[in-house]
Amino acid sequence: MTTILDPTDERVPIARSITPRTGEITGRVALLDIAKPRGNVLLDRLEQRLAERLPGITVNRYAKPTFTKPAPDALRQDIRAGNDFVIEALAD
Amino acid sequence: MAALPAFSLADPSGADFAFPTGARTAICFVKEDCPTCNLVMPVLDALHGSGDVPLLAAGQTTDGNAILRERHALGFPLLDDAILKVSFAYDVETVPLVLLADEEGNEVDRLVGFDRAEWQAFYQAHAPNAEVDWEALPKWRPGCGSLTQDPIIAERLRAESENSPLRARRIEVAPSDDVHEFMFDQGFTDGLPVVPPTPERVLRMLSGTTRDSQDVVAEMPPNYAPATVEKIAVNAVLAGCKPEYMPVVIAAIEAICTKTFNIHGVNATTMGASPVLVVNGPIRERIGMNMRLGVLGQGTRANAAIGRAVRLAVRNIGGAKPGGTERSTLGNPMKFTMCFPEWEERSPWPALHVERGFAPDDSVVTAFAMSSGPALCVDQSSRTAKQLAGSFALSMEAAHHVRAHNSSDALLVVSPEHVDTLWRDRFTKDDIREHVQKVTARPLAELAADENVGGGVPRERLDAMPAERRERLMPKFASKDNIHIIVAGSEAGKFSGVFHGWAGGEIGSIPVSRKIES
Repeated sequence: MTTILDPTDERVPIARSITPRTGEITGRVALLDIAKPRGNVLLDRLEQRLAERLPGITVNRYAKPTFTKPAPDALRQDIRAGNDFVIEALAD
Repeated sequence: MAALPAFSLADPSGADFAFPTGARTAICFVKEDCPTCNLVMPVLDALHGSGDVPLLAAGQTTDGNAILRERHALGFPLLDDAILKVSFAYDVETVPLVLLADEEGNEVDRLVGFDRAEWQAFYQAHAPNAEVDWEALPKWRPGCGSLTQDPIIAERLRAESENSPLRARRIEVAPSDDVHEFMFDQGFTDGLPVVPPTPERVLRMLSGTTRDSQDVVAEMPPNYAPATVEKIAVNAVLAGCKPEYMPVVIAAIEAICTKTFNIHGVNATTMGASPVLVVNGPIRERIGMNMRLGVLGQGTRANAAIGRAVRLAVRNIGGAKPGGTERSTLGNPMKFTMCFPEWEERSPWPALHVERGFAPDDSVVTAFAMSSGPALCVDQSSRTAKQLAGSFALSMEAAHHVRAHNSSDALLVVSPEHVDTLWRDRFTKDDIREHVQKVTARPLAELAADENVGGGVPRERLDAMPAERRERLMPKFASKDNIHIIVAGSEAGKFSGVFHGWAGGEIGSIPVSRKIES
């Protein structure tokens, strides 16, 4: 028997629960640009398509200052407070 | 009067004998291969036979206990302390050791080794009915070292004791399992074998630092887990470090876990960046770092293991694993390890750490976030400093994309022969920096994408600019301060190396230096 010490942070992964899916998009939708090149182009197109297909929703646009760092707390709180859905244009 | 530790030990039949007993008790530690222990065994038997005071005698090996029992036809049960827990708790240095405890379990008398007069006085005081022919015994015999003093055993005992500095989760690897394969399966490694972090090895690693094992050095991204000195030591063992490397590993982890360095982004970026660690100051020689031939390559334990320990800590403590929050498109070999010292003594210029505000005799580690390198600059023909610095400039301009200007840092490692060419013309580090900026300064129009080459300044942005702006010169680096210069490498060869940065400045990573505990 060999005993070794755990090199990890020993955190048991906690399964994250996903917000219940209602099957439809209504209300306020945030579009988050993480500041990668052409992410805004993708989101412009997405906003256009959403407006065509779901005219009843409100779209709010947000942008991270840089893609290299996590979003600032204030931005995360703004998105959470003002929206029912969020679509993030991730890297590459 | 000191209270003696409570214990419970078994005799060969499995019967338990516990202390404290509630009565005056003699406690004794012996080992079979000690001549003095053998000398006193009949004397101890007499003490037991007197009925004056109960005797709890512990032997330090199971086989040896059996031999002692048979050899001396003992009338008292010799208890088994082969795992040495009780001997360790009693801090036994020499055997035989005899202690007398009062009713409350406090020590009231002790004998170490054999001094006839002392033993006689002890018996007269505590076991007057014991029948011993004192004149037949020698006047004095030294004791022997307790087994707990054996260096290897002592480390195991310290690791297992209740006040051990080790708190990490213990993982038992079954005898049928190969410990190396187990560690691969658990994801503890970078793809190469690691040294099993046994409690003894981790304890030895902790001896390399004066910091408490539970000190939190940093909250380590991306999981923001507490990187305690102990957890760092576990990873340093995995990486193959010696204890004397620990202060460098700790300082490097402090440096990369600052918001300024932004290890979160360095790990996560698809671009594939990694910390490049440069060590300055007296510690370089003390721990045997290589700053000469092959400085950026393999072959030196200190260089290789320190960088690897930092990477493994980020992987295991921070949780940055490829496919998880480590998202490099290609990755790069610096993600295994990249740590080296500056050859300050070979440099005519102020050393990196002195430029960054530290004293020359401080030991310092500086962390740079680099995405590739060392990219070699081959220049065997330049005879002037200006020419050579110009060659450096063009090599640096290749970073990321020749037409990508104004974005990042560079770390230039100048080899000794190139140093000589530069210093013949008394070129300072700033002269090199200024020349690099001058040679790489190009009109924005030349940095724009065209039909043959993409990247650089987007064509539509250039077209929207007024004509005079398009002709404005833009050097490779936002500031000459983004060019970091050190000296290292062997005496032979006109080759220098450039590490290319990642996203520079506030939006990415800024180099960070930390003083190393001396």
